[in-house]
Amino acid sequence: MNLTDHERIDRAWRQVRGVHDPELPFLTVEEMGMIRGVRIHEKHLLVSLTPTYSGCPATDVISEDVLAAVQAVEPDAQVEVVLSPAWTTDWILDSAKEKMRTHGIAPPEKGQADRAFLTGKGKVVPCPRCGTDNTHMVSAFGSTACKAHFSCKECLEPFEHFKCI
Amino acid sequence: MHADPHIQSLLRLADDALILGQRLSAWCGHGPILEEDIAVSNIALDLVGQARNLYALAGQREGAGRDEDQWAFFRTDREFQNHLLVEQPNGHFGDTMVRQMLYDAFHLEQMGFLAQQKVDEDLAGIAAKAFKEVQYHWEHSSQWIVRLGDGTEESHDKVQQSLNALWSFTGELFMEDEVDQAGRMSGLLPELAILQTAWLTRVSDCLKEAHLTAPEGLWMQRGGKQGLHSEHLSYLLAEMQTLPRTYPDAVW
Repeated sequence: MNLTDHERIDRAWRQVRGVHDPELPFLTVEEMGMIRGVRIHEKHLLVSLTPTYSGCPATDVISEDVLAAVQAVEPDAQVEVVLSPAWTTDWILDSAKEKMRTHGIAPPEKGQADRAFLTGKGKVVPCPRCGTDNTHMVSAFGSTACKAHFSCKECLEPFEHFKCI
Repeated sequence: MHADPHIQSLLRLADDALILGQRLSAWCGHGPILEEDIAVSNIALDLVGQARNLYALAGQREGAGRDEDQWAFFRTDREFQNHLLVEQPNGHFGDTMVRQMLYDAFHLEQMGFLAQQKVDEDLAGIAAKAFKEVQYHWEHSSQWIVRLGDGTEESHDKVQQSLNALWSFTGELFMEDEVDQAGRMSGLLPELAILQTAWLTRVSDCLKEAHLTAPEGLWMQRGGKQGLHSEHLSYLLAEMQTLPRTYPDAVW
């Protein structure tokens, strides 16, 4: 059976869509905006992937998982890591942001990678549990490279905020 | 030293990130409070990640099959070209934060330029990501300097002493040599005099808010970029490199 390039790419996308982020297992790497494209390069299938943070330890695992997923249907498929343009939280799909909220993580907002937001002084991060804006940042550095540690002053629960970068 | 100034410039950037990342990682498990332990470890992780990307790029550009581990673990102290500032010992928490603030201010301006330059697109991508990460680093370190400098008499005196001790390592950041010059001429690297003005404004504002005073008229140390280091680097490398040098083919 000979598939067209278009069909091969479709099939590879279906495989890639099944790969989850090991640190945010309720999200796929596609929802994280890390998959830059799937294409045929000199007859071989090539998946382009952009890591989130420079030092994110999950990047290696994600590359391996994506490679295994596409090689299950095309044994000579490859994954290339693309660093330019740099990944930004603006690439995270809207569906992922809703899932973050239901999992107690305040999602990043579009185009908010500004200094006022970084310091926690300007933009308000609503509590993902009770929805109040009465929250404060405990530390800009949380349990993983991509998250900051916040606390809600109403429901008194700690929560994580996916940092805007 | 590498004959190609472009590759040498990439290695210098990578060496700074790796050595400072390695220094900071020693705080893991020793931070003064849990949040700070996590913050400093996160910053170390960012820096080591940046170093990895930069070493990989240097390896690609060189085309001789050297990967990031070859650069990091199988070069000697004389082959490292990081600035003297980043190899200085951690000391107490105030020493670490002063070193970090002085470097973050430089790193931020440097990455801001590299993200915009058009000579090396892959470097621009790495720098664009690093620039955003370093914004967080700068916010963190500069806020600590204000808190410590404007805190108690004891905390103020301690960080003022840290500043006095580390200031003489800041001059080197802006001393142009032939590699920097080649980079500036090609458009790859910034003009260090311009960077210095931006750095000084940033650092002075922070010190003013912290009620700290930068020492004046100090002799500025140099040599890191030429591979002439303080003795501290050799100890750091010995610890960092011992495992891959003892078991060169070891894998996880």
